[in-house]
Amino acid sequence: MTTDATKLPYTRESFVSGQEVRWCPGCGDYSILATMQRTLAKFDLPKEKYVFISGIGCSSRFPYYMNTYGFHSIHGRAPTIASGLRCVNPELSIWVITGDGDGLSIGGNHLMHSMRRNINFNILLVNNRIYGLTKGQYSPTSPIGKVTKSTPDGSIDYPINALCLAIASEATFIARTLDSIPVHMGSVFERAMKHKGISFVEIYQNCNIFNDKAFEPVTGRDNRDDRMVILEHGKPLVFGKERTKAIRLNGLQPEIVDYKEGMDTKDLLIHNEHDPEPNYAYILTQMEYPNMPVPFGVFRNIVKPTYDEMLNAQVDQAVKTKGKGNLKDLIYGTDTWTVK
Amino acid sequence: MVDIHIDLKPMTKKPVLQANSITIRFAGDSGDGMQLTGDQFTDTAAVMGNDFATLPDFPAEIRAPAGTLPGVSSFQLQFSKEIIFTPGDLCDVLIAMNPAALKVNIPNVKRGGLIFVNENVFDEAHIKKAGWKADPLTDNTLKDFQVIKVPLSSLTANALKDLPLKLSEVERCKNFFALGMIFWLYDRTMDHTIHWIEKKFAKRPEIVQGNITALKAGHNYADITEALPAQYHIEAADLEPGTYRKITGYEAAAIGFITGAQLANKTLFYGSYPITPASNLLHELARYKNFGVKTFQAEDEIAAVGAAIGASFGGQIGLTGTSGPGLCLKSEAINLAIMTELPLVIMDAQRGGPSTGMPTKTEQTDLLQALFGRNGESPIVVLSPKTASDCFEMAVEAIRIAIKYMTPVIYLTESDVINSAEPWKLPELDKLKKIEVVHPKSGNEPFLPYSRNPETLARPWAIPGTPGLEHRIGGLSKADLTGNVSYDGPNNQKMVDYRANKIKGIANDIPEMQVHGPSSGKLLVLSWGGTYGPIYQAVVDLKAQGIEVSQAHLNYLNPFPRNLGKVLSQFRHILIPELNSGQLLMLIRSMFPGVNAIGLNKIQCQPFKVEEILNKIKEIS
Repeated sequence: MTTDATKLPYTRESFVSGQEVRWCPGCGDYSILATMQRTLAKFDLPKEKYVFISGIGCSSRFPYYMNTYGFHSIHGRAPTIASGLRCVNPELSIWVITGDGDGLSIGGNHLMHSMRRNINFNILLVNNRIYGLTKGQYSPTSPIGKVTKSTPDGSIDYPINALCLAIASEATFIARTLDSIPVHMGSVFERAMKHKGISFVEIYQNCNIFNDKAFEPVTGRDNRDDRMVILEHGKPLVFGKERTKAIRLNGLQPEIVDYKEGMDTKDLLIHNEHDPEPNYAYILTQMEYPNMPVPFGVFRNIVKPTYDEMLNAQVDQAVKTKGKGNLKDLIYGTDTWTVK
Repeated sequence: MVDIHIDLKPMTKKPVLQANSITIRFAGDSGDGMQLTGDQFTDTAAVMGNDFATLPDFPAEIRAPAGTLPGVSSFQLQFSKEIIFTPGDLCDVLIAMNPAALKVNIPNVKRGGLIFVNENVFDEAHIKKAGWKADPLTDNTLKDFQVIKVPLSSLTANALKDLPLKLSEVERCKNFFALGMIFWLYDRTMDHTIHWIEKKFAKRPEIVQGNITALKAGHNYADITEALPAQYHIEAADLEPGTYRKITGYEAAAIGFITGAQLANKTLFYGSYPITPASNLLHELARYKNFGVKTFQAEDEIAAVGAAIGASFGGQIGLTGTSGPGLCLKSEAINLAIMTELPLVIMDAQRGGPSTGMPTKTEQTDLLQALFGRNGESPIVVLSPKTASDCFEMAVEAIRIAIKYMTPVIYLTESDVINSAEPWKLPELDKLKKIEVVHPKSGNEPFLPYSRNPETLARPWAIPGTPGLEHRIGGLSKADLTGNVSYDGPNNQKMVDYRANKIKGIANDIPEMQVHGPSSGKLLVLSWGGTYGPIYQAVVDLKAQGIEVSQAHLNYLNPFPRNLGKVLSQFRHILIPELNSGQLLMLIRSMFPGVNAIGLNKIQCQPFKVEEILNKIKEIS
């Protein structure tokens, strides 16, 4: 990878497949797609080294629109295919595109296990809190009481918090971004790509057809300054239109306190994405609307040996200690007898 | 080595009689080491040049309550100076380590057969626990058998009394005492087992000494007891010249899959979730990392097949293994491999069903599931090994077909086939053919991921990382040539036909079916999978009686061998014995309507006995 812009071989257009994009006009996925294409253009990794793998759902059409290798698989199973691919090829940059239904409902198990294995690929979970492709049923991230076609009297399912699951599974890179701020999204994608091990990124995405403005109270133009807090490593969690609020811990509970530029920050919560323990990142995942501002950015970023590294190391070690296997030893084994 | 504490009478040399074939059944609690004991006897039969076949029969419970009927674990083997094809019907000798083992296994012993019992555990509590109303050793229960009562526990304890072993450790040596007796009875060498014990327990010399002492004590006891008036000797069998090793089905499958991958110059990737009876393949393959094998114990059956598909997409060979319930879970992903036309091998080791069924028992009830158990038109290759050693050849074949035709292949085996053991005549290495693999490279023309090889109808296997061939595949209906998403009706018909014709065409690339016996006549017995052995034996036995019956065997269940219809048409009756309610029968009747096919069906956890096949054949002819 290089940062020398003059040498970069690609532009956004290099990653446009040319297939007609078939998301609804106004869908947040357009912005995610464009941001991804722009992000990859910042790297000099050859185009053929990228693989996008998805499951089923609106966002899972993503691979068709990327001029890279792609696999539009079956519902919820993209992480399994990515895992197998990673085990046999250490060089590719592998991206799983999933949604709140695909990743957290039917594919929840694979999501959890890919994360705890710390296998080296990136997962983008596009969360719009609704089933879009099946035309508007509530999803595992829909709030309780949500009225949809399948819940005319309101949903009675408590929602799952995607990042909470990620931290419980001890993912080594956990982040949240949103479709309406491409610059933030791009920087998160870039960091996810550079991370070795599993990267899990939740993207708040607006489904303007079935769940329009679901995130408006948090990310809307008028609300975002007070209701979003952007995480920066080593810095206090400052937010508010005039940057006058910060967070401190009262026991295990985060609470909002007044903040002034230059004040003594020792009582404030200072963001540490490298904390090896998951507890702090978990507290961040619990900061939810309406009681607390919702954190965006990188929650956690730690280094741990990856599954694929360890798998390859075991193979190498076996070759070293036993010698590279050959068919004669394999078939003839040690205990044979001869009949004349 | 310490002295063996048995009151040794002067050794009287007993007569050694000759025997052809002997079937032995070791039975005890699942913690009694019966599988190990059976394995050791089998290894020795191999070393002494006999032909043999084994049938482990164990409960699903790891340690069911001691002394109960569900906890009984058995191991049957037949060893012979003749060439044999089954582990034997009823046994000549039963070793029953407790009253429960006796109760479960009496129906498996020949009238007049020998039954060894551990007399020490025939007390009131054990007898009651096994569900006997009275002591079977003192009433008339065993009047049809020769019963040898041996105080196994106390003799073992006595033999080991000076060794520094705990009581529980002494108790665990009694299976070697029993093995020693049987070794004596059949004039076997103890060397192989002694070496095995020394190696296996190398870190615990006192255990080595305990087991070897028990083994020798059992041997000596058999020599001096008046209950055993003679020894039997079974000459080496007249096996075809060559180099042999003893092999179980899952070992042969593992070696075969690795060989297939090596012949294709590919990494073998095995994605699997533990399930009985397929887990042994995972254990086996995990040992072969120095062959580049990568095993992935996935979070579930779906992840296991998904990962295997991912590995194949990545240009290596993806394999997944399971049993019936797992095959249900994998169906959707198998269809993805059919739609994306990627090579993939799925091993299904059939067990008792439906649902959880009987995990450790054998059946052939997944045939129609393997062929048709998916949504849409989803043709797939299905092949099936017939014996433990055939698991090797069919594994290589599965990989060859998967790669050459870019298709998933179901390797359909059975609990009894993969768990059984037999002598394997090892293939000559230079006769193993390379599996040719072509990965396309970028050219001047635009890349067409769904173009086809005109001969095989396979699409190109372009792998991620290849410059210029970036493309997308997936489960949605694909346009011919470009592979773009297509909802066009005529295109869909075309793609459905391509996939079907691709599988049909494989019939031209597999061997024609051979007939064992006359090529026309009154009766052909058609076997598939593990029914091969008992049918073959039945046909051989009938021939010895002057009755000519033919057998043909199906290693390939989709596509069928191209001459199948012609072969069937030469016989007045076709008998199809199956461990299901008539699944192959249904296929044969629908594909070859003029054929007079008759079923012989059994779903009782056990393979066919030769006698059952013989009786049915006699009924027809």
